[in-house]
Amino acid sequence: MTAFDLLRFEDWTNPVPPADREVVSLLPEEDDGRPPLLFVPGLGHGAWAFAEHWLPHAAGRGFPAHALTPRPGGDLRAQVHDVVQTAASLPRQAVLIGHGVGALVVARALGRYPARAAVLAAPVLGGWSALGSALRANPGGTLPALVGGRLSLSARQLFQSGPPALTAEQITGYLSRLDPKPRAELLRRATPPRPVGDAPVLVIGSPDDRVVARPALDRAAAAYSGAPLMFPGMGHDLMLEASWAEPIDAILDWLTKQIK
Amino acid sequence: MHDSPDPGDRRDAVCVVGAGASGLTAVKNLLELGFQVDCYERETAVGGAWNWRHDRSPVYAGAHLISSRPLTEFPDFPMPDTWPDYPHHSQVLSYLERYAAHFRLGEHVWFGTEVVSAVPTGDGGWEVTTQSTGGGSSRTSRYAALVVANGHNWDPRRPTIPGEFRGRVMHSSAYKDPAVLRDRKVLVIGGGNTGCDLAVEAAQQARQVWHSTRRGYWYAPKYVLGRPADQVNDRLLKWRLPLRLRQWLYRRTVAMTTGDLTRFGLPEPDHQPYESHPIVNSQLPYYLGHGRITPVPDVTAFDGSAAELADGRRIEPDLVITATGYRPRFEFLAPELLDADEQGRPDLHLHTFARKHPTLAVIGLVQPDSGVFPLAHWQSVATARWLRLRLTDPARAAAVQQKESAKPLASWSKRRVVKTERHWFEVDHLDYLRSLESLLNEMEPA
Repeated sequence: MTAFDLLRFEDWTNPVPPADREVVSLLPEEDDGRPPLLFVPGLGHGAWAFAEHWLPHAAGRGFPAHALTPRPGGDLRAQVHDVVQTAASLPRQAVLIGHGVGALVVARALGRYPARAAVLAAPVLGGWSALGSALRANPGGTLPALVGGRLSLSARQLFQSGPPALTAEQITGYLSRLDPKPRAELLRRATPPRPVGDAPVLVIGSPDDRVVARPALDRAAAAYSGAPLMFPGMGHDLMLEASWAEPIDAILDWLTKQIK
Repeated sequence: MHDSPDPGDRRDAVCVVGAGASGLTAVKNLLELGFQVDCYERETAVGGAWNWRHDRSPVYAGAHLISSRPLTEFPDFPMPDTWPDYPHHSQVLSYLERYAAHFRLGEHVWFGTEVVSAVPTGDGGWEVTTQSTGGGSSRTSRYAALVVANGHNWDPRRPTIPGEFRGRVMHSSAYKDPAVLRDRKVLVIGGGNTGCDLAVEAAQQARQVWHSTRRGYWYAPKYVLGRPADQVNDRLLKWRLPLRLRQWLYRRTVAMTTGDLTRFGLPEPDHQPYESHPIVNSQLPYYLGHGRITPVPDVTAFDGSAAELADGRRIEPDLVITATGYRPRFEFLAPELLDADEQGRPDLHLHTFARKHPTLAVIGLVQPDSGVFPLAHWQSVATARWLRLRLTDPARAAAVQQKESAKPLASWSKRRVVKTERHWFEVDHLDYLRSLESLLNEMEPA
């Protein structure tokens, strides 16, 4: 656990400049006071990845649901800033749900904003381990990025092949919307900050994820003194997979228990 | 909530006095650590001094922040990044209202209820008597701790000037709207931030303006080198530039911009930069240069329609505004509980913790060279953690108390400031936050 963070010279002397933020929101028919959810996508993904299934599903279960697209060209600090700004703009204390690198952003944002709860889904907290996995699963798409070229993510990396499986058109459609622009700072080793407030944190993932290896998942959960909730058979993009309903239902069930 | 707690014994609950910025952050941080909280607020809404609807609110129509947004907001609830660098007071109020709504603090506040007395019970608890604002039946409840956040900018300090004055004299607390200045001959007394703001407003509205200050001050502009001045200043602090060097840089910056203000008739400052509460006003030198503000020394007496000045001059204003500040006041607490002196100024550890009463804390009673909200937030975090440590690990709590009480005043209030009555609770925000940080670390489970 890192120390209390009282002296914030970076924020005081060099505040992150404002930017237009794309937030996709779906509100439930009736607001019965449940905390709003803020979904934070990972590398190459945007709010659309959650708008596909998880947003309508969460709103259907009575949760105001929002998803934020990372600002173009923003570094990690700017992304954290955007999450905290968006969360603070919601009428009630928000639940932060980050996927992939978005989970790293959420882990950082927890040091700045007392979330009602937080969920780290298939979290990429350590860049090196994710890079290792990516080189194994998709060397052709990953290697060019190491020498300054383009990073391309492959279907094999993000989605599982066995039933129930996505159709080829779905996969092509998703892959064509991905625009991953990795930054070297993702490889910097840094302990996530001490969360402010008392947010319970849930880590979920899949043992068959080809981006986040099992040990990385266990480490992430241990950092928040828990064990990961597992969805065997699913690929990295839990929210786009054919069995997308299982993880979001588990998240909402957990949340319902936490906010009692 | 809000059904009468019977028979008034609230056991481990904490009583918070006031739902202004300091009270709200106290409530939030106590709730976060699992405390039950009853907050009493004499007004019917949150916002305290920042709520212009409140009769004790000192804000005036044109009041803007003098510290920039990043140095003013709560550290865990930022103001919108699209807001201006120096938001208007109405934005600050809406910020506090959103803070209260976001963290559902309103459910824990008893509005329209005044605390009329708080008495220690002898076993660490407090007997708090409350009453509907302006009268009504009173009720007494027992609490495990008392957190005072009743503000310090509501009880006007009025100067005693001998003689009779035929015109109108008002304290700046009663000044709300520039309309009262229009076409008047206005004398503004007081060189603090409010006095300077009002002199500038008068320069824009009044027929003639005198600004009376006892001493010369260093007037900081709101912007230097293309950034809000406080952000630039914190960069110097980040680089740990020594005070002497910062003072030299400050004087250089002033020399290169507005220059020596004594040429406009202002007295020379009797102190170095950083040795008084910062006066942030870019427009005062501007209106001095336009001849719209005439600086004058102390007012020694009134005589009919005239005010006599320390240099023997007589001026004839028809409106005198005394921007002479406020006194801290805790009318519901016996002075010895806070170790207060004759002027009512408490002597508290870190300006927060009562020395003889471990369950009594005051939030927001500091005057930093930054916004107060961040300091009030961390004071509240420290108070909540302290109260919890007392419950969970009394032995450690005693050890922390011992260690803290041995800390000399100079370790958390290093600033050398001019000796005036209003600078008693001046703190340097960095030194102060470092002291709170060390206290927070001491209270961490080993």
